[in-house]
Amino acid sequence: MSFLTLFIIIPLLTIVGILLCKNHLQVKWVAVVGMSLQLITAIVLILVFLAERRAGNMAEVLFVQDNIWYETLNIHFYIGVDGVSVAMIGLTALVVFAGIFASWDIVDLPREFFTSLILLASGVFGFFISLDLFTMFLFYELAVIPMYLLIGIWGSGPRHYSAMKLTLMLMGGSALILLGMVGLYVNSAPGGGPLTFNLIQISKIHISIESQRFLFPFLFVGFGVLGALFPFHTWSPDGHASAPTAVSMLHAGVLMKLGGYGCYRVAVFLLPEAAHQMGWIFLILATIGVIYGAFGALWQKDLKYINAYSSVSHCSLVLFAILMFNQTALTGAIIQMISHGIMTALFFALIGMIYGRTHTRYINEMGGLMKVMPFLAVAYVIAGLASLGLPGFSGFVAEMTIFVGAFQNADVFHRVCTIIAASSIVVTAVYILRVIGILLLGKIRNPAYELITDAKWHDKISVVALIFGITLIGLAPLWLSDMISQGLGPIMQKLLAAAPILN
Amino acid sequence: MFEGVPLQWFLVTGTIMFFVGIYGFLVRKNLITILMSIELILNSVNINFVAFNKILYPGHLEGMFFTIFVIAVAAAETSVAIAIIINIYRRIVNIDVEKMNEMKY
Amino acid sequence: MIDFSFTALILLIPLFMFVVLGLFGNRFKPLVSGIAGTTGLFVMWVLSLITAYMYFFVLEKAVDGTFQKFLAVNMRWLTLTDKLHIDMGVLLDPISVMMLIVITTVSFMANLYSIGYMKGEKGYMRFFSFLSLFSFSMLGLVVATNIFQMYIFWELVGVSSYLLIGFYYTKDAAVAASKKAFIVTRFADLGFLIGILMLSYLTGTFDFITLTGPDSPAFTSGQGVWFLGLSTMTWSMIFIFMGGAGKSAMFPLHIWLPDAMEGPTPVSALIHAATMVVAGVYLVARLFPIYVSTPVALDVVMYVGAFSSIFAAIIACTQYDIKRVLAYSTMSQIGMMMFALGISGYGGHEGLGYMASMFHLFNHAFFKALLFLGAGAIIHSVHTNYMNEMGGLWKHLPITHITFLIACLAIAGIPPLSGFFSKDEILAAGLEKSTFLYLVMMIVSGLTAFYMFRLYFSIFWGKQTQYEHTPHEAPKTMTIPLLFLAVGALLTGLIPFSNFVTSDRLPFVAHLEIWVAIPAVLIALVGMVIATLFYRKENNLPEKVFLALGGFSKAAYHKFYIDELYLFITKKIIFNYISRPIAWFDRHIVDGTMNGISFVTNEISFRIRKFQSGQLQQYALVFVSGALFLALIFIYLWTN
Repeated sequence: MSFLTLFIIIPLLTIVGILLCKNHLQVKWVAVVGMSLQLITAIVLILVFLAERRAGNMAEVLFVQDNIWYETLNIHFYIGVDGVSVAMIGLTALVVFAGIFASWDIVDLPREFFTSLILLASGVFGFFISLDLFTMFLFYELAVIPMYLLIGIWGSGPRHYSAMKLTLMLMGGSALILLGMVGLYVNSAPGGGPLTFNLIQISKIHISIESQRFLFPFLFVGFGVLGALFPFHTWSPDGHASAPTAVSMLHAGVLMKLGGYGCYRVAVFLLPEAAHQMGWIFLILATIGVIYGAFGALWQKDLKYINAYSSVSHCSLVLFAILMFNQTALTGAIIQMISHGIMTALFFALIGMIYGRTHTRYINEMGGLMKVMPFLAVAYVIAGLASLGLPGFSGFVAEMTIFVGAFQNADVFHRVCTIIAASSIVVTAVYILRVIGILLLGKIRNPAYELITDAKWHDKISVVALIFGITLIGLAPLWLSDMISQGLGPIMQKLLAAAPILN
Repeated sequence: MFEGVPLQWFLVTGTIMFFVGIYGFLVRKNLITILMSIELILNSVNINFVAFNKILYPGHLEGMFFTIFVIAVAAAETSVAIAIIINIYRRIVNIDVEKMNEMKY
Repeated sequence: MIDFSFTALILLIPLFMFVVLGLFGNRFKPLVSGIAGTTGLFVMWVLSLITAYMYFFVLEKAVDGTFQKFLAVNMRWLTLTDKLHIDMGVLLDPISVMMLIVITTVSFMANLYSIGYMKGEKGYMRFFSFLSLFSFSMLGLVVATNIFQMYIFWELVGVSSYLLIGFYYTKDAAVAASKKAFIVTRFADLGFLIGILMLSYLTGTFDFITLTGPDSPAFTSGQGVWFLGLSTMTWSMIFIFMGGAGKSAMFPLHIWLPDAMEGPTPVSALIHAATMVVAGVYLVARLFPIYVSTPVALDVVMYVGAFSSIFAAIIACTQYDIKRVLAYSTMSQIGMMMFALGISGYGGHEGLGYMASMFHLFNHAFFKALLFLGAGAIIHSVHTNYMNEMGGLWKHLPITHITFLIACLAIAGIPPLSGFFSKDEILAAGLEKSTFLYLVMMIVSGLTAFYMFRLYFSIFWGKQTQYEHTPHEAPKTMTIPLLFLAVGALLTGLIPFSNFVTSDRLPFVAHLEIWVAIPAVLIALVGMVIATLFYRKENNLPEKVFLALGGFSKAAYHKFYIDELYLFITKKIIFNYISRPIAWFDRHIVDGTMNGISFVTNEISFRIRKFQSGQLQQYALVFVSGALFLALIFIYLWTN
């Protein structure tokens, strides 16, 4: 029994605890205790993992557990982690922890809300620890479905439309993923023997190039939908705009990372030759997404839309980096996922808190908020600066790693894409500073806002935890980048092995 | 007792009963008569069961058992149906089947 | 070998001050935070002086007689590829040590000055914590051991500048100016970043010592023609220079600097006059050996510098806001420094321009900071920025008057003040390279003298203005820095600079070129005399000349409409023709397609649902007919 199972058990126990609670306050505290435990477990995992690696345990995946689950189809409950998934688990635990505090003020049906939220979280944790494609898919669905309820019931604005749109588009994506995964399954034993969903085993065999070419688009687009691949990103602005605070946080912060992680871990890792052959198409899409999201954000007036487009831009950068197929860029992609996850969670948390006080999300209706809520405003500025890639925050580390990595591809096509993508840092600066300028600085335009109060204790916990995450990575990135970069060993071997076949 | 009566006669009787039942089911508007039509259909099937059993497999009893089952199920079904009908009647003071289209679309 | 690892403290003290003041500042009394910040900077200043003393006078020179260039502190920060890694550390060589002195001195003075200047302002501790952040970033920039560390701190100075310009965040002009400054420099930094990426790809290293060493990979790789007939290395150096040009407000990326004057005056003195804006010059100086190996890139530096210099000098003559005049003057002087770097060669007397540029940078820091702090003292007492609302202040502000005059003489290049010496070296170096550019620089010198004395006379003499409150001299915390810097402006020119800072770190003897000095002083005197005639007493001469020059002077007054051009490009073109269509495209085309798919699905299901009439008997009929139909088919099939 590996202690990774705790990541599934703790949320489930928390849910049981929540269902047993008598009143709202108890519900919240049970959720807090559960998710704090989860965060502690995640931190312990990171420390133990680093210690194991330092002790020289260079196995591809650590803390493996393998139970047969459904023998007929050779489905296993097979879990284990490498550097990348450890990092992602850390991210998830942090965001969920902050999300609980950010949704402290929820009034309607808190029991059901927290149940769905934690169910979603457990899906995400399960996804990151699974090494079996089937359970991976299962947890993926587990993460996507509660989203519908969370947006549909607790959302705002055109919530039914948004929830439906989001769920349908993601379900469309997961249909493609399912197809791709079944395709991998039937190709998983070219030399005879039992078929398998085991990711590690599949990675060891060579799938014929024709099957790869067939399966790669399914998997990449399928995960890409969740990773906001242009032009399948439109669920993101509407979904985020309608979702309640904690859900936006979790969704943009963690769930969108499932897409990037899947693209990397399933599509590129298992189908390296097809990735090399067809990568350019998606690279163009990702590059468009980077710059397009940034320009899209420039024109928006609703805070959540701005942030959603900014997420499109940042998440496209993840896909962009994955498609550069080299160790540095891939490391950057993972750091970018983590960095963007924390950053955007912080943004959505703050937007939720600001909305809770001003009851509007239109930047033109606000102004001068720095005066009345200094804490939140300063946190917003920090989030903004992190988002535009200021050194000292995680965004910078991620972006620079990506750009340096991308620049190692010497041909003109990659160069041009890199320069276009890099120019997004200017546009990002423009829209971030525009929002900060209108929203926080200047004079207070609406006299009613004079009476607004600053953050409460639970808001502060949420915000401080996330800011801590951003600055920790931003100031001392070496441990993280080393951990991730080691985890990328197997995929790099496969990609390098795939490259000469094509040339 | 029925020695010499050919199978066809039973079958014809059964078929007639069946289609009378179907006809009644399709065209009558009163829920009770529709229920009665269902009974007719069920009983036509019972006749077939018994006749086939008697003539084709004289030593066996499966057909008979099945008939008894059908009768039991029919009784249960009728009682439930009548309960539903009574409830419907209490609610909308009508048992015309065409008035009951709440479940459309 | 002396252990220089204590230099890390110079960086860590301001960082510590920033964190403490930033997080807990509001727990202290305002004055406490001011004093705490200043004390921190004082310690830092002393440490830098010790460093400089030990470096130049105690540390033995390398075997070939050069000053050593070595890493005092170095640690790995981030690994990128197997060759490329970002380190954080302290690199000591003559220019970084020189910059340490400049930055810590001006920083300390500006801090001390701010204690008085910012008294009673809201956000007193915020101001001091930002100042500490700035000092930290700027010091990190100059002691960077590798180009990426420099880029990191480069961005951090950018943000501290943003925060400080926008210090009065309720003032819309300040907010707009801070945004503008950040975005323009950010745009330039994109060039810098691309340049770094290219350079590091070509050479496989970020490290300054390797990059600028005698057998640098930069001299050999990337020499092939790449684009527009220039080699890859040349392009990468031009891109890097773009970053430098943005930070140093070189044309056409200068537009943020005048607006940046919305910030508090000590900030203008520290960041936008003495330290941050010379970062571009420092960057070019830092990579100078590579620039020398790519002559085209160096020519770009030279022409951009020369053009910015004269361009800004012309505008400076027409402005009325005293801080803006100073801002354009800064731009002009930095243009001169860039120009001096651009004409310089490498090594020995060839590197005169390099030495002159650094010398001018050093001197400029003192007198320009002094000018700004003086301007701050004036604004503090008369509550206006416009020189046409001032006049006759000499009797109200004696100390400010004297120090301001010293600074004006220094910048005009009157011997024996500091500006004279460095300007003389620049002109001498210019004359060796090209007569035309030498003449341009002479004109700039004349214009400099003119607009500085225009400023001086308009403020302190000119018309007798009635003030609402009688102006009074600034408090001691403000006058002490003025006096200190005035002493600096008087004396720094006497430092034999070529003994310390040269392009190849090998001291040489630079002579004062009399036949260059005399015309330079003469033209400065001419400028001063004209200014005296125009502005000593109130008269209508300036207006006449202004009108006589017609369109040109009007264009200069409007800063040659560069701001309008930028606004047109950003607001009209980018916003309306790129961003807006993209937003529209996203909502209507991309999202429209998605909605269209769902609409079609919905429509079809709407049609189909009519089958579900709710009529039980209708269902049964369909069912029975279906069953019958199937039965018939089966019978047909079986019978055949």
